[in-house]
Amino acid sequence: MGVSAATEAVVRVSDLSVRVGTVEAVHSVGFELAAGRRTGLIGESGSGKTLTALAVMGLLPDGLSARGRAVYREQDLLALSEGELCRLRGDRLGMIFQEPLSALNPVQKIGEQVAEPLRLHRGLGARESLARARELLERVQIPGAVEKLAQYPHQLSGGQRQRAMIAMAISCSPELLIADEPTTALDVTVQAEVLRLLDRLVDEEGATLLLITHDLPVVAGLCDRVLVMYGGHLIEEGAVGEVFDSPRHPYTLALLESIPSLDQELPGGRFQAIPGAVPGLGQFPSGCPFRNRCPRATEICATMPVLEGEGHRAACWHPVS
Amino acid sequence: MQVLSRLAVLLLSLMVASMAVFAVVNVLPGDPAAVILGTSASPQQIADLHRQLGLDRPAWLRYLEWLGGLIRGDFGVSLISKQPILPELQGRALVSVPLALFAMFLALAVSIPLGIVAGVRYRSLSGSLISALSLGGIAIPAFWAGLLLVTIFAVQLHVLPAGSFVPWEESPVGALRSLLLPSIALGLVQGAVLTRYIRSAVIEVQREDYIRTARSKGLTRGQALRRHGLKNAAIPVVTILGLQLTSLLVGAVVIENVFYLPGLGRMLLDAVRNRDLIEIQDLILLLTATVLVINFATDLSYRLLDPRIRASR
Repeated sequence: MGVSAATEAVVRVSDLSVRVGTVEAVHSVGFELAAGRRTGLIGESGSGKTLTALAVMGLLPDGLSARGRAVYREQDLLALSEGELCRLRGDRLGMIFQEPLSALNPVQKIGEQVAEPLRLHRGLGARESLARARELLERVQIPGAVEKLAQYPHQLSGGQRQRAMIAMAISCSPELLIADEPTTALDVTVQAEVLRLLDRLVDEEGATLLLITHDLPVVAGLCDRVLVMYGGHLIEEGAVGEVFDSPRHPYTLALLESIPSLDQELPGGRFQAIPGAVPGLGQFPSGCPFRNRCPRATEICATMPVLEGEGHRAACWHPVS
Repeated sequence: MQVLSRLAVLLLSLMVASMAVFAVVNVLPGDPAAVILGTSASPQQIADLHRQLGLDRPAWLRYLEWLGGLIRGDFGVSLISKQPILPELQGRALVSVPLALFAMFLALAVSIPLGIVAGVRYRSLSGSLISALSLGGIAIPAFWAGLLLVTIFAVQLHVLPAGSFVPWEESPVGALRSLLLPSIALGLVQGAVLTRYIRSAVIEVQREDYIRTARSKGLTRGQALRRHGLKNAAIPVVTILGLQLTSLLVGAVVIENVFYLPGLGRMLLDAVRNRDLIEIQDLILLLTATVLVINFATDLSYRLLDPRIRASR
């Protein structure tokens, strides 16, 4: 597939960096989210996936700052005022968070929380917006939607809470939906259901999806394109089939090899893991952040390579062929 | 149902408290007969007065009489003045209750806006300034603040009375004027403590995931805090508020003495000085009951604020 020039990009991120205090945590990342496509953003914890997404949404926590550009419909999201961003967030840009229990207000009824974006962006009244909230809860297949409207988050199951969260995020039919590890906090059986739901809703809405996860099979099943991040750098990107079948970056390869499969004989009866651990923030080596864990690393890796290639791109001096 | 069981616990606590108060007061050193008769009294005279005051009868009987009286609304008669205690209590309450309420009102009126501003702007100069001021407020003892206020407003500026109390029936404005400085002195510390707690609750709540969610829906920081943060921040603050009200009662005893107000606190000190056992018992039980009722109210308000507690208990 690859990014064809014909597909319009909903968001064009370029040279995006995020600083945590004085330490740079995301380094000059650039990518495009093509309209109607689903892009997976993968990488281990601490790779800068979530920070990248939060920077695009303008939701970085206090003390963190973003530089660069994230252009949505000719507007640079990073340059917009808080008021202008607020008009887009929840309306054109929706976000689903990882932990639905803490991401929902514990002292407000589900109905109120789901109805809020409709009141804010569509100017609906209390009654109308609650009626819409009920439809939304039905659409995300929460049983007993009418009663759930008047319940509090703690009265719902984990899966139901995440469904409510999704209902909230899609309430105004956003153009871009960012889902940050939407199933990580859920039971395995519930994960599959929630992903199927997300798949269907994104289809129905024709939304552009950015799915952040460390679960590679989820990306393989749900996404068209994939972005791989490590140490705050975007190190590989391409169509899901190409990247997963023939990864170019040694990190992507290692990541794919670390997925245990059921029919595979585990060597020595152990899971295959990437040697070493993800360094802490600001402790990555200079140059290629992976070089201290990389079997192919040489001296030249002390200089960070640029993303190279057409469609399928990788930032590596010694790509896997 | 849950509220009823809480109420039962409250009544039971009151029962236990009355026993404890009676026991403590009656083992307290000091004999009221000896105080009344002075140092030159003979043992015979003291024994006679004991009989007269009913102190020769067994303790359990005196306890039951006292408790039975309280339930019927009879607070007994002062051993010293021989006057019924209830009218005295009521008169004194007209000084102490408004004093405590004004102080609390002032404390809340100051601490809620300041605490929220300090919490929202905790990284900026104005936030730090409020924070430093509130620390100063906590460090100042209420009696010293009282003396300072008297020096400024009564001694130097002559705008408010330095002490004593104009009864309500004589002049309501005068009564308010006499309560103003003591209320400020008492409320100042409370306000400072509350400001700190509100500030940290607001800071805490702004870091919560649901505030980020609220902002992801398109609410501004301010809207997210108002619509989603403040009710959550109120939960820990209410706990402190209950405790603060209790410490306010203690502060009131001190402040009444600084400003020479005829309130319950002064009455308690006088009663202790005179070994007026019944009066001491009544007053301490009254204070204990107030604390228990405040805790009960705190507990109820949790339920209103936090649906998770409503469900689990």
